[in-house]
Amino acid sequence: MTTLNELKPGEKAIIRSFSNEALSSKLIDMGCLPGELVSISRLAPLGCPYMIHVSGYELSLRKAEAMTVVVETLS
Amino acid sequence: MSDLSLNTHLKIALVGNPNAGKSTLFNALTGLNQKTGNYSGVTVDRYEGKSAFNSGLHHFEFSILDLPGLYSLYPKSNDEVIACQTLLDEREKIDVVVIVVDATNLKRHLMLATQLIDLKIKTVLALNMIDEANKQNIIIDVAGLSDTLGVPIAAVDSRHSSGVDQLKELITEAKISDALFYDLQSEVIKDKGSYKAYIQSSLQQTSAQAFENTDKIYRFNIINYLLAKYVKSPAQLSQKEMSSKIDAFATHKIFGYVLLLFILFLVFQFIFFISESPMNWIEQFFLQAGNYVHAAMPAGQLNDLIVNGLIAGIGGVVMFVPQIAFLFMFIGFLEDSGYMARASFIMDRIMRPFGLNGSSVIPLISATACAVPSIMATRSIKNVKERLITIFILPLISCSARLPVYTLLISVLYPNNTFLGIFNSKGLVLLAFYLIGFVISLLTAFVLKKLVKTNEHSFFIMELPVYRKPQLKTIGILVYNKVKVFISEAGKIILAISIVLWFLSSHGYSKEYKELDQQVAAVQSSDVVTNKEHIIKHLESLKLEHSYIGKLGHFIEPAIAPLGFDWKIGIALITSFAAREVFVGTMATIYQSSDADKEEGIKEKLRNELDVYGNKKYNTAVCWSLLLFYAFALQCMSTIAVVKRETNGWKWVFAQLLFLSVLAYGSAFLAQQVLS
Repeated sequence: MTTLNELKPGEKAIIRSFSNEALSSKLIDMGCLPGELVSISRLAPLGCPYMIHVSGYELSLRKAEAMTVVVETLS
Repeated sequence: MSDLSLNTHLKIALVGNPNAGKSTLFNALTGLNQKTGNYSGVTVDRYEGKSAFNSGLHHFEFSILDLPGLYSLYPKSNDEVIACQTLLDEREKIDVVVIVVDATNLKRHLMLATQLIDLKIKTVLALNMIDEANKQNIIIDVAGLSDTLGVPIAAVDSRHSSGVDQLKELITEAKISDALFYDLQSEVIKDKGSYKAYIQSSLQQTSAQAFENTDKIYRFNIINYLLAKYVKSPAQLSQKEMSSKIDAFATHKIFGYVLLLFILFLVFQFIFFISESPMNWIEQFFLQAGNYVHAAMPAGQLNDLIVNGLIAGIGGVVMFVPQIAFLFMFIGFLEDSGYMARASFIMDRIMRPFGLNGSSVIPLISATACAVPSIMATRSIKNVKERLITIFILPLISCSARLPVYTLLISVLYPNNTFLGIFNSKGLVLLAFYLIGFVISLLTAFVLKKLVKTNEHSFFIMELPVYRKPQLKTIGILVYNKVKVFISEAGKIILAISIVLWFLSSHGYSKEYKELDQQVAAVQSSDVVTNKEHIIKHLESLKLEHSYIGKLGHFIEPAIAPLGFDWKIGIALITSFAAREVFVGTMATIYQSSDADKEEGIKEKLRNELDVYGNKKYNTAVCWSLLLFYAFALQCMSTIAVVKRETNGWKWVFAQLLFLSVLAYGSAFLAQQVLS
């Protein structure tokens, strides 16, 4: 288990849980669901925010927000 | 036969995720038959429109409300709260809810759809962007999906207005669905009696409810099943691949910023230079119209009111239209294409420390031309706090109305236009003032970030929509709406203040004023006076001194004396509240500068003006004090009017006015003390 911000761009993972309740409901609204496949598409030029691919579209979030998403890498 | 029980006047609400193409559908349904207002107490625009439909013998009238974008019935932002509250407000008397979903993003968009269906209200589903779905080879079993949801579905391509008539037809037949999508075993909902009752009670809660996530995940599981059954989509979507290729460039370390810089350069060119000609035409038009009316009407008070108060005031409002139109042309293009979210993405890390948003860069750049359209442009900033901070600091950016003031004062300061012998002083001082404005605005933003508290979470969880070709119609309607709102709302305040200013500067209560008035009339009608123009100029200057504004100038003199300003400057400070550049014109009137070369004339007069001790009046201290005062003071009624409209209240206007006045006074005072 690791967190979303630890993924390398292109690396695929499965969302397992969230460590911040207030953020989790927003993340679920935006299609970040437990069990969903997720990957980082690219980083903004200064390393933050991230552009992630989830639920068939692109979402941007900051590092602090990505840290609350617990993921399991597929290997 | 006409059915008497049939309701042919229907109130429709469009509800859907942001980026579902809701506004485009709204435009397709209503055309220009729409009006923009404000939800009470908040800074969210309310869009309403009208549409009609003939079905058989019946003629239907729809009044359509375009609700703010919504991800779920558990709102996270102010926009979402307003959308939920309005939707559930009995007083709105909504007959039918049109659920707008993006056919290429069904999974997320159907979540809200299932929630809306569970409210047990009449619903119709608009399967929007069906053309894109077809192009991507996404095959949707519309009949099957419609059966399972219990909701009629119209496949719509609102960008090309196709399927809109079918949607209207379905609206007239809308029913309440029999399907339920919440967990029937859930104790939480059983307790409340219905899903609607549960949502209504959860809207009263401020903190997130534990049941919220359970409910949404339950729905997503059903949706996954529905999608597997009714939707076939290829593994790789070509539209998304294309977007990804553009992003490789648009968010690139170097090219990303080069592209943004180029866009900002274009915005700057249009707002600063290309707007100039249409603005001149407008100015000329109202000048001519004024002259025409002046000649056509009998002379007197009414003539003066109409020509110098009303026509000049309306001209001052219409003057802003080219800049607003050009700026929103760009903003419409950037938002409709999907680029705005990318600008926000690559600028976030840079703007964040100052409490600003990546989308703040466009208002900040266009504010170098004028704060008024820029403040309107902050609508692109979704976060309330970041938007308010941006609005607050925009008047600090050096705008084009300050240029004539700066130019005049700098040339009084440095007559031979050199600084330390080698530099061009005008260029240097202007550069310094652009930098001062920019630095102070960022510092202010930084402090405000710590001070301002909002109840909204500061997320940066933002959708990056796929790139789409911007639609001219969408941009056109945006520009039209913005211009209309400016003229009808901010314009009223601007016109009112300009008429007050006109009255105060052209009327007086004293005996001297009335005598001067008679003298002017006498000189004008006289055949024997040879030096008419010169005498009238002298009398006009005296009249201004004895007018209400002249008295006000004298009245405030003690307050501005510590800044090195006398009552003459006091008069110019008051009149230039109409617009900063009016300072130059008023000084020209006060010092009776010749009309032939106003600018040069007034410079000479100011340079040669002596104080009571025989020293130069406009010395270094006074000039710098004035320069700093104009750099910071909120000397602009149009900015005030537009901030009032955009923040939907006077609270922020007064806070901003107070802060900028203290800053202006303080820095001018300091300059006066240090330099004299």
